[in-house]
Amino acid sequence: MIVERLADLLLLLVLLSGFLILGTTRLTTCIRAVAVQGGLLGLLPLALNPQWSVHTIGLALGTILVKAIVLPSFLTWAIREAAVRREVEPRVGYMASLLLGIIAVAVAGALAARLPMVGEHPVLLVTTSLSCVIMGLLVLATRAKALLQVVGYLVLENGIYVFGLTSMDRVPFLVEIGVLLDVFVGVFIMGIVVFHINREFDSLDSARLTELKD
Amino acid sequence: LTGSALLSQGALLVLAPALPGVAAKTKAWLTGRRGAPVLQLYRDLGRLWGKGVVYSTTTTWMFRLAPVVGVVTPLLAGLLLPLNGDAAVLGFAGDFVAFAGLLALGRFALVLAALDTGSSFEGMGASREATFASLVEPALFISFVVLALATGQQSLSGMLGAAGGPGSSWRTAATSLAMVAVSLFFVLLAEASRVPVDDPATHLELTMIHEVAVLDHSGPDLALLLYGGALRMALFAALLVGVLMPRAELPAPLMLAVQIGGSILVAVAVGVVESSMARLRLSRVPQFLVAASVLASLGAILQLLG
Repeated sequence: MIVERLADLLLLLVLLSGFLILGTTRLTTCIRAVAVQGGLLGLLPLALNPQWSVHTIGLALGTILVKAIVLPSFLTWAIREAAVRREVEPRVGYMASLLLGIIAVAVAGALAARLPMVGEHPVLLVTTSLSCVIMGLLVLATRAKALLQVVGYLVLENGIYVFGLTSMDRVPFLVEIGVLLDVFVGVFIMGIVVFHINREFDSLDSARLTELKD
Repeated sequence: LTGSALLSQGALLVLAPALPGVAAKTKAWLTGRRGAPVLQLYRDLGRLWGKGVVYSTTTTWMFRLAPVVGVVTPLLAGLLLPLNGDAAVLGFAGDFVAFAGLLALGRFALVLAALDTGSSFEGMGASREATFASLVEPALFISFVVLALATGQQSLSGMLGAAGGPGSSWRTAATSLAMVAVSLFFVLLAEASRVPVDDPATHLELTMIHEVAVLDHSGPDLALLLYGGALRMALFAALLVGVLMPRAELPAPLMLAVQIGGSILVAVAVGVVESSMARLRLSRVPQFLVAASVLASLGAILQLLG
């Protein structure tokens, strides 16, 4: 019972960090929020499976290492190297983003309650996963900075990761490792792209990608 | 109508002006200053009460009415709150709408009085006051909805008092009640015009919100407005304590003590917030207030998900 409560608390904090990413004006706060979210996601398998196996602990450690330490420090490094510390520059305002976020959670909750597989898992798990996916898409679609689109992609990936946790007992851990590698490679490539944009156009605004000609 | 309910109403009337003092003292202490005495507002009220009033020739009866409305409405709203942790003096189904409406009426009178002076600064203050109030209200209402969902009660006495009592609902709806508590704390900061929404210490007309709207009031009128503001803060502190503390299980005298002690702790928390962060830029304030609504809505969604 207590373990289930702990999982609920972790999921709630994941949602709140998502809202922090939507509502903040600063790039560094965004990256810190994504790091915190990654750490929380790492603790989640431990909270969901009270009998800790080697697989669960390995998954938790790997997730925390990649999502909470490596990727955020990589993003921080990208900020420093590309010298971007300005504001987030959203195309959709912060207030509207926050309101869209809460609508996303409401829709995700309504969907999660209807999904047939819900029975054996806490409803909040599926809700959190779907809302993270929508919030990630929102950040991807509405933020001008290429760096923040990496953050949005990470949030989206976090949502998929949470969804993967629903079938952790059936699917072998290779899937999870695959997801982690996926994120790693994605961010790596995007980091290179970010540098490339920065070098070529002296800006991280993805709207200027349309200026690319071959 | 019980003795303890009346006693707690009396305590509200007498102790409300101490809360801003506690907040100011905490702030001074945390920033390494001595600060004004905790009971400073009582002295200010006494001093202002003894002074004469100056009325501008452009003002009408509305300007004179506003301070009275500003005190009467929080007093009436206080009658709806179960301050003794058991039951309010007045209570009926849906009285939380009356609670929010009375407080909005007080603000409406203040805004009209500010516009009545014909001063452009006061008009600006009135417009800000009205804008931010309209953003605070959804957060307050959604918080009440969550409380109603969590306790299954429709009156404030039921939501916060002995009948439903958060005491039992903290076991079943802890996460959504925690969201509501944070949201209500944000609402308190806005309603009591504290940092980060407004700064009670500022006297620069371009940045103030509440202070600029009461700029033309003087003497007993200003005393009434200050007292009304302190009552407002005490009401929201009481609301917050009502959500946070499961008091229904406690014996009656202890419940009042918990209420008073809890309100003082809330004032200390306000002081800690004030000393640890700066006032938000005016364009960022709506974001803060929408965040309060978002937190409350998240609580409502969690409650509906079960």
